Amino acid sequence: MREVAIVSFSQLPSVKEIEAADEPELVQSVTSVALKQVGLTQDDIGFTCSGSTDYLPGRPFSFVAAVDGLKAWPPIRESHVEMDGAFALYEAWVRLLHGDIDTALVFSFGKSSLAPVPDVLNLQNDPYYVQPLGLDAISAAALQAQAMIDAGKATERDFAEVAARSRKNAISNPNSHLKGEFSIDDMLAEPSISSPLRKSFCSPLSDSAAAVVLAAGDTARKLVERPAWIRGIDHRTEPHGLGQRDLTTSPSTKLAAEKAGVGNAKVDVAELHASFAHQELILREAMGLGDDVRVNPSGGALSSNSPMTAGLIRFGEAAIRVLHGDADRAVAHAANGVCLQHNLVAVLEAE
Amino acid sequence: MSEILSAPYVLEYTYTRSTGPVVGRFLESLRYEVLEGVKTADGRVLCPPLEYDEQGEATTGEFVQLRPSGTVKTWSWVAEPRTGHPFASPFAWALIQIDGADNAMVHVVDAGTPKRMKTGMRVRLRWADQKSGTIRDIACFEPISPYMPGPVHLEYEVNPGHHYSAYLRGLERGKLIGGRDPESGNVYVPPRAADPMTGNPTSEYVEVADQGVLTTFTIIRIPFEGQKLKPPYCFGAIVLDGADMPIYHLISGVPHDEIRMGMRVKAKWKPEDQWETSLENILYFEPTGEPDVPFDHYKEHL
Repeated sequence: MREVAIVSFSQLPSVKEIEAADEPELVQSVTSVALKQVGLTQDDIGFTCSGSTDYLPGRPFSFVAAVDGLKAWPPIRESHVEMDGAFALYEAWVRLLHGDIDTALVFSFGKSSLAPVPDVLNLQNDPYYVQPLGLDAISAAALQAQAMIDAGKATERDFAEVAARSRKNAISNPNSHLKGEFSIDDMLAEPSISSPLRKSFCSPLSDSAAAVVLAAGDTARKLVERPAWIRGIDHRTEPHGLGQRDLTTSPSTKLAAEKAGVGNAKVDVAELHASFAHQELILREAMGLGDDVRVNPSGGALSSNSPMTAGLIRFGEAAIRVLHGDADRAVAHAANGVCLQHNLVAVLEAE
Repeated sequence: MSEILSAPYVLEYTYTRSTGPVVGRFLESLRYEVLEGVKTADGRVLCPPLEYDEQGEATTGEFVQLRPSGTVKTWSWVAEPRTGHPFASPFAWALIQIDGADNAMVHVVDAGTPKRMKTGMRVRLRWADQKSGTIRDIACFEPISPYMPGPVHLEYEVNPGHHYSAYLRGLERGKLIGGRDPESGNVYVPPRAADPMTGNPTSEYVEVADQGVLTTFTIIRIPFEGQKLKPPYCFGAIVLDGADMPIYHLISGVPHDEIRMGMRVKAKWKPEDQWETSLENILYFEPTGEPDVPFDHYKEHL
């Protein structure tokens, strides 16, 4: 199979609100930097793919307008997924396997500050049986967290420990949104939003944008010293209905991780897209990641969660650790849907 | 840079949804307060019904009526309902497995307090007053209590009898009164109708000390109906100096791991102005600090 690597990554700092930029302005600022870092221009790119959802800006076909942030003349090969940008990266990887082009640009943008996000996320639910009830994403995740407690798989203190570690890790990440030293006991004293989830067990909603450049074979080697080779990548989805699944496990993550080869060798770093503290525990178990793996050294989605972008940022954060020589083997993960319905897992390795 | 403009904006899609033969039948049945599930090819029942099961197999179109009750599989309490939530007062989200179904339904439980919520709890369906042909025709679920009222209330007049009255009158004055059988010499606290060794009335009243030896004890750690004290607490048997039978009372004023058989203990009385005809005049017994009594000295009283 053709070798494909991540060679460049750029992101905007995740913040509560990026007021002074519309979507094309967000896109321009990250794609231009990602290209410039490896000395490329849009003209050098064989395929461009983005991930976003129109419900965040509230404008149908906003992803078409986002192309205004690119140099799209002469016309470019372009595609879009109504998903997190990490799934656009998957599409770009598949496109590079065709062998006729050597580079791809992937980007995503999530300006959650414009949107009534809880109402938007309810639109992920079954339109007949769940949407009319108004099940918000935090409450859905809370059903999952309570199921973990009932199954004896975790305690609220375990959730708090994940949140505290994530935000502590985020201190050294200039792009992270929510960071600092937080007391586990203070977290456990917070009132529940939807029990057993307290505010600290949930991710902050952030505005951000991110871009990644992929390159194949020797092109990647020419562009950077240590390409982050995608040695395995796979995504799997589960039934939609929450009542059709065991919420305490993630068989889709487990299968994707097996197909991607996560367990074939030692993992140095893993960037997991857990929007709620308990989901990190589910993901670690599903992928078989032990205590020796550095999980979410960036702070993860629990410190910065720009919808549709946080997954691509996980890929970027994992890749830069390989690119910069901090890790030889990294795992990147992105999730879509309610309660980890759909999971994408990749293994990134140095040469 | 010029100032960034901002304006409110509403996005609305006034679509309608076709419901089809499976979802449509389920929703239509709800209007008539009938709860149905659909059978899968492998014989399971799905409620709410789906056109296809998770194996990708078309369901059979055979509907079965289900009892409007079920079991909570997991739940989440919302103390402060938010925009879009179906209740304005506190409620629980839940995954509910309807009796006779093999999957679970997302819905809400009106329990009033999270204390009534528990995974595995039984719930019954409450229908909405006004039907709309949607899942909201189920207003909510509510806890099924496995209890029915069974009250007993009988009014009596208590007469403790001659001996016990003497004992209680003693307590009212801060004294512990025993009864002695002149023949055997045994002293019982409280006095008894008869010395079980001789059959004679314990006819002589004697005052015994409010201190003695702790012969045995237990530490109560479990809660039970009607319990007045918060566990853990210690209950012990005390043979008062001058008595031949123990009385039973609380042991306190000492760490539980230091309580031992043979320990000398003394009554801790309530303030005198609160004394009544009750053993509750003594709050508890506490160590005197004297040396322990050897086992041989009290083994006959165990």
